[in-house]
Amino acid sequence: MTGNVQRVGQVIAIAGVATLLGLLVWKVAFDNEQGAADKLAKGELVHAPAFSLDRLDRDGTLSLADLKGKPLVVNFWASWCGPCKDEAPVLQQTYQRYRDQGLVVLGVDVKDFREDARRFMRRYGITYPVVYDGKGSTIGRWGIQGYPETFFVDRTGKLVGERIAGAVDIERNREAFERGIALALGDQS
Amino acid sequence: MIRALALCALVAALLTGTAAAAPSPSDLEAELVCPVCGTTLDQSDAPIAQRMKRYIRERLAAGATEKQIKAELVDQFGPGVLAEPPKSGFDLLAWLVPLAVLVAGAVGVGLIAWGWSRRRGGDDTDDAPVALDPELERRVDAELRRYDS
Repeated sequence: MTGNVQRVGQVIAIAGVATLLGLLVWKVAFDNEQGAADKLAKGELVHAPAFSLDRLDRDGTLSLADLKGKPLVVNFWASWCGPCKDEAPVLQQTYQRYRDQGLVVLGVDVKDFREDARRFMRRYGITYPVVYDGKGSTIGRWGIQGYPETFFVDRTGKLVGERIAGAVDIERNREAFERGIALALGDQS
Repeated sequence: MIRALALCALVAALLTGTAAAAPSPSDLEAELVCPVCGTTLDQSDAPIAQRMKRYIRERLAAGATEKQIKAELVDQFGPGVLAEPPKSGFDLLAWLVPLAVLVAGAVGVGLIAWGWSRRRGGDDTDDAPVALDPELERRVDAELRRYDS
């Protein structure tokens, strides 16, 4: 009987250690998952990670699949973020300027209050589509590290150009911003 | 005994009364997490944390309960905004698993201790007097009688 108890104890202990080891391996493997931004920076071919989120500019949801075939400027922002205020007029102007060519500026409001975001949109006269990601479900797959961040997506759904961290169209990144728009539109020149 | 029960009832009533009292903003700030920096609101000066603190004060002033405010913030930012996982659904596991491990550990220690005590009990039976062979016993008695005389 005593031998049986010892054996059961040993089995439980081994199972416990094996479970903890498994969790550790899973955690390490999970943490190594790269976001789209990292892959883009390495020059890898990467498709824009899909999402389907509630809209802030109107009722209903909007998924990336709904915009299939359209060149996109995807901008991750929040109403509490200072540089987001600086770039908001630029993004709105970009949308108006390239709208006829099919370009869509898509705002993703992250970790924010819905009402604050809507107030922000009214204040800056934003008319392009904006979706709400309060839980930050897009952050990991896109590889977002701060706010704002902007990506360019071509008509085939691939990320093109470079990720712009910080407000767009400032001296530091004006060239990258314009090049990203050109690549999204399919203008290779 | 009656006095002890009355004292227990009094303590329970006081505790319940404390729990039912309106929470202070600092109570809630310690129980909610800044969704950007990952620390509790009372430890964070991030812009969104400051905004959430303001939201908490406004909602408390409007008469909202702690439960309502937490539910509203979870609706905006997801369950990750709670410093402690909820005691329902899948998150209940976060509370039950440590408890189950503790109970399993206690049972394991109890079983091992029981096994040891049984083994020691078995060893004791080895020390019990062994019945002598009748012939040997007769001879020992005879020798003892001779020795006494």
